[in-house]
Amino acid sequence: MTQISVLIVGIILIVLITWWFFGKHQVETKEAKMEQSKQIIDIKVDGGYSPEQVIVKKGIPTELRFTKLDNSSCLDHVVFPDFGINQALPQDQTTSIMLNTEESGEFEWSCGMNMFHGKLIVK
Amino acid sequence: MNLSITKRFFISLFLTFPLLVEMILMPLGWSLPGHNLIAFLLTTLIMLLSAQPFWRSAWSASKKHHANMDTLVAVGTATAYFYSIYAMLFHQPVYFESAAVVTTFVLLGQVFEERMRKQAANATEKLLKLQAKSALVWRAGQYITLPLAEIQINDQVKVLPGEKVPIDGVVIDGHSSIDESSITGESLPIEKQVDDPVIGATINTNGTLIIKVTKTQNETMLQQIVDVVKKAQVSRAPIQKLTDKVSDVFVPIVLIIAIITFLAWYLALHLPVGQSLSYSVAVIVIACPCALGLATPTALMVGTGRSAKMGILIKNGDVLEIAENIKTVVFDKTGTITQGQPLVTDVFGSNKNSIIQLAASLEQLSEHPLAKAIFNAGHDAKITTLPVNNFQSLTGIGAQGMIQDHSIVLGNNQILSSDTKISNDFIQKTVQLEAEAKTIVYLSVDAVVIGIIAIQDIPKTSSKAAIAMLKSRGIKTVMLTGDNQGVAKNIGQSVGIDQVIANVLPTEKAETIIQLQKSGTVAFVGDGINDAPALTTADLGIAMGSGSDIAIDSGDIVLVKNDLQDVTRAIEISQKTFHKIKANLFWAFIYNIIGIPIAAGVFTNSGLTLSPELAGLAMAFSSISVVFNSLLLNETRIQ
Ligand SMILES: [Cu+2]
Repeated sequence: MTQISVLIVGIILIVLITWWFFGKHQVETKEAKMEQSKQIIDIKVDGGYSPEQVIVKKGIPTELRFTKLDNSSCLDHVVFPDFGINQALPQDQTTSIMLNTEESGEFEWSCGMNMFHGKLIVK
Repeated sequence: MNLSITKRFFISLFLTFPLLVEMILMPLGWSLPGHNLIAFLLTTLIMLLSAQPFWRSAWSASKKHHANMDTLVAVGTATAYFYSIYAMLFHQPVYFESAAVVTTFVLLGQVFEERMRKQAANATEKLLKLQAKSALVWRAGQYITLPLAEIQINDQVKVLPGEKVPIDGVVIDGHSSIDESSITGESLPIEKQVDDPVIGATINTNGTLIIKVTKTQNETMLQQIVDVVKKAQVSRAPIQKLTDKVSDVFVPIVLIIAIITFLAWYLALHLPVGQSLSYSVAVIVIACPCALGLATPTALMVGTGRSAKMGILIKNGDVLEIAENIKTVVFDKTGTITQGQPLVTDVFGSNKNSIIQLAASLEQLSEHPLAKAIFNAGHDAKITTLPVNNFQSLTGIGAQGMIQDHSIVLGNNQILSSDTKISNDFIQKTVQLEAEAKTIVYLSVDAVVIGIIAIQDIPKTSSKAAIAMLKSRGIKTVMLTGDNQGVAKNIGQSVGIDQVIANVLPTEKAETIIQLQKSGTVAFVGDGINDAPALTTADLGIAMGSGSDIAIDSGDIVLVKNDLQDVTRAIEISQKTFHKIKANLFWAFIYNIIGIPIAAGVFTNSGLTLSPELAGLAMAFSSISVVFNSLLLNETRIQ
């Protein structure tokens, strides 16, 4: 009896893991808010990025404010390959990254180990 | 509470110590008195102080449907810890030390890894440190010390012997020799005099120089180099796409394998819960997604940083893979294989000094490139030029004028068409020199040829060796030039090139490259200013700098110094970096492919098992070894 219930619990766990990590889930998206001559977005770094997807307007300087709350060494750098940026994010601090969003398109960013990803969409 | 990784490691190490001692002494029959309770207390402290951040970050990641390295450490340690509490209450064997030791080892790995990653990434910081901090700037009648940021274009700066040139500029007074190795990789000091450009962050050896500033701090060559390197270091190599896909699914799959491992041992092989769990904890702990994630970026960082130090700027990760497949290297002739500045190679006639003197006098008024060669020859022979009357430039032919009441004409063979007399000696010599692919200029005095001057754009001293180096790697070499076949062939032969394509108009270069691409991957080497279309057309564009100016925007690889041997070095270091990435990926994959089954107990029958503790150690070292292997790129020999 115990044997069968353990088996069932195991299978449920496998199904849950598959659904939770591989299933389609909505990506948290946020649009930039305007402040004087630039657009600003606050991004929380905690087990990944929130929001994970950021929409900004073309042609206006963009400031991304990363606040790192997570202790993971994965997340201690944020990398924008298209912009040549590899910025250290000190623990419990907010670090600003200025981007020149002159071209429209989708630009990925990631953590220093390329495990967590985010996307900047310039429209 | 947020402790640094190093602090967490030392706390964990200190608290784990008694447990480690017991683990070692256990086979000798010694065990901690009151083992369970002490192990429980120590491990609880470790979990709270050192392991809790893993749990926290795993939790926040999983809320976003993400899983990473921390997820594995968290699930592994939590399973061992909470099961042990349960086991302690029900008087069964406990596994506290697994949770404690794994935490210590994982943190040990992270401490090392953090240090090494910093070391791999600091190439650009090192470059920027080359910069002088201040400069002696002429302000209001005296030289005062100012920070670099306050220097403006056209400021006058004094550079004392033994000091660094603070910023890019042009010499306006004094002479000295400058060690430019920090920027260009060129080891020999370079003589500088008035009008010569100097580069910031190079070292002035023996003389005092006054320079006029030509670039602000943010536009200097050093700054441009740093920008390129920074960009290259974070660029993505195409090979990484593979690991990106794997790391997306890696952690959840490992968790599933761990569950299956537990079910197999517990249900099928009837092992007690505790032992079955310890197999699945070992699986979770040994799996290492970070080794996969670190494999490409660390090698790219070290490779691009190392090559920048040699004056070779690799602009992105794509380059590495292309360099691996290069079949043909195409060179532009002028300025790449040759000096780019014609030189007087032969003077023939009875009075050589007077020939050069008359020719140089006439040509001092002319702007033609050949004229410059003749004028320079006069300058080198320390000849004083004579005044010229009635100077007249003969388009397409040469120039004429009156010197000391004689009619002097200097030009190509068209000046012979009229009634100018020329002796047989001169005609024979002309035939011989033309066979050597030299351009001939005749000098006539009162309609009699008294001398001929041969001019040639001679190959650079490094060209022959560079081409031999490429050939020894099995790469075909091709030279493109607008010259006629005769001249082109001669130069091609003298440097040992495989194929010469002559009579190519500048606009046809790109097309010629497309033709050559039919037989394999083509690299094009040219200067960045005139050859931009060819550089972009080729699979790999290598732009050569010319002393103080580098064409940073064109080409996939930019060579800071004008040395053709750097072409081979660039290809070599790209290939080596690419091989390093492949080796890293291979080890990272193999490690997981072999490590996970061992940890799962697949080989238990043959006596090969891994405790969760050893699995933690293996995991820590697998990511360290990837970073360490990348750092070895700094030590490999490049020709
Ligand atoms: Cu790892």
